[in-house]
Amino acid sequence: MNKLSAYERLELIRHKNRPTVRDYIPQIFDEFYEIHGDRLYGDDGAIIGGIGRLGERPVTVLAQVKGRNIEENKKSNFAMPHPEGYRKALRLAKQAEKFKRPIICLIDTPGAFCGVEAEARGQGEAIAKNLAEFMMLRTPVISIVLGEGGSGGALALGVCDELAMLENALYSVISPRGFANILWKDASREREACQIVKCTAEDLMRFGVAETIIPEPVGGAHNDLYKISENIKEFLLEKVEEKCQKDIDLLLKERYTKFRKIGEFEENEDIAN
Amino acid sequence: MLEDLFKVVKTRFNGTEGKSDEGVRKKDIPDDLLFKCPRCLQTIFSEEYAALNKVCPSCNYHGRLTVNERLRLTIDKGSFVEYDSDMISKNPIDFPGYAEKQAKLRCETNLKDAVVTGEATIRGIKVVIGVMDSRYMMASMGSVVGEKLTRAIETATEKKLPVIFFCASGGARMQEGIISLMQMAKTSGAIAKHSEQGLLYISVLTDPTTGGVTASFASLGDIIIAEPKVVIGFAGRRVIEGTIKQRLPDYFQTAEFMLEKGFVDMIVERKRMRSTLAHLLKLHGYTDENRYNN
Repeated sequence: MNKLSAYERLELIRHKNRPTVRDYIPQIFDEFYEIHGDRLYGDDGAIIGGIGRLGERPVTVLAQVKGRNIEENKKSNFAMPHPEGYRKALRLAKQAEKFKRPIICLIDTPGAFCGVEAEARGQGEAIAKNLAEFMMLRTPVISIVLGEGGSGGALALGVCDELAMLENALYSVISPRGFANILWKDASREREACQIVKCTAEDLMRFGVAETIIPEPVGGAHNDLYKISENIKEFLLEKVEEKCQKDIDLLLKERYTKFRKIGEFEENEDIAN
Repeated sequence: MLEDLFKVVKTRFNGTEGKSDEGVRKKDIPDDLLFKCPRCLQTIFSEEYAALNKVCPSCNYHGRLTVNERLRLTIDKGSFVEYDSDMISKNPIDFPGYAEKQAKLRCETNLKDAVVTGEATIRGIKVVIGVMDSRYMMASMGSVVGEKLTRAIETATEKKLPVIFFCASGGARMQEGIISLMQMAKTSGAIAKHSEQGLLYISVLTDPTTGGVTASFASLGDIIIAEPKVVIGFAGRRVIEGTIKQRLPDYFQTAEFMLEKGFVDMIVERKRMRSTLAHLLKLHGYTDENRYNN
């Protein structure tokens, strides 16, 4: 089988039948109660949160919601969260910590929403706070990028003990479209940008950002919802168990180190200009 | 006679340039006679602008400073000990032209990347300080910025020192791909650990503080100070204008806007920055004895 290019994967994750969290949640969790609101401003439809059961274990689920049609996308704002979405996620994460539930984050967003209201309500602050707080949460956090992992809007659910990517998922500092736009002032050069920005699951494994690739059925996740859900569930059952067994202080130390060591630089070099 | 007069003016300008910033300023303002304020669009002589520490006399916009200028205005003379001065970035995603661009900027700015970190005293109080310089790729955060800031924070945590960061940035450095995004988590995590020890972190937002830096350490200060009239935001103004298809008011994403919305604690003018920082440090129990404790 030929390996797909980043752009082919991008087309796959944009496939209209690509499963969303609304498809996955009933497949993976035996029970799920959605919990609403950030208790500060409102309830953001772009991130759903709730308590579910994974096998025998209660877990907190935080998930970015892509709509399957226009109606759903209106509600979920095409999975682009406002600050209240991130604040809801943090509220539920704290709740999970209190009740010693592991947290499962399902990432699928083009990015945090860019709008006047989002700015006025502190999009930057909301994301920043999640990064700092998730780093210190005294309960295991496992994140999976299901489709698109766009920038800080994805990272806000991505500070975790273990990051998995679905085989065709992409995770990048900026969407390929945005990248092309900034670089060449031409959003249509997305295909080129896709290659340059290095955002496939394999790239992320190489950079030490992701730890696992969850295989997708031949032709992509949309070809077999049952199979892909099973693969995700298998991964979660194993990892949740593993992380829950671990001493929490050690877990936190390892979480910090996981991010701490990412960066490529050199020192004490003769810098000949 | 007239010729002589011009000569006098010329030497006067040159003289000030050299004195004010060890010859760095010449590169700072290539068109070095006039400065046009980006806020009120008034034009003034660069010499006058420099003498005002780059504050616009008509609208009070606080302009961008180089690292050296910022340090000179903030810390005690001669107190700065730089950390990690040799660190340079690699080209992790083999981004075309990245290495060349950096080499050129290193020459032009005398910097090795967009942030300088170190230890210094402010009115005798020891602090760990980081200053970002927008001349270097709009002070975007890649591996070097992330690593230097994280190390500085970790050192502060170890030595129980307060941290003061002068933030300015276009955001994450896309030329380093996903690695630059991860610097947001790295720096924020280090700040969380510093905070856990009960230590003070003051974040000073200068022109412009945007993107991934706003969405990480810049917004995590125990106290967040902004300079007047600077740009602070997450998403780029043009991106938002593109989404909503209308022009945004000038007031949007300014320090004053962020203060009104509750995301900035105070706006402090440059001339009062040093004393404000010193007083805040004292109010948090840091004294100039710190320097003798370690």
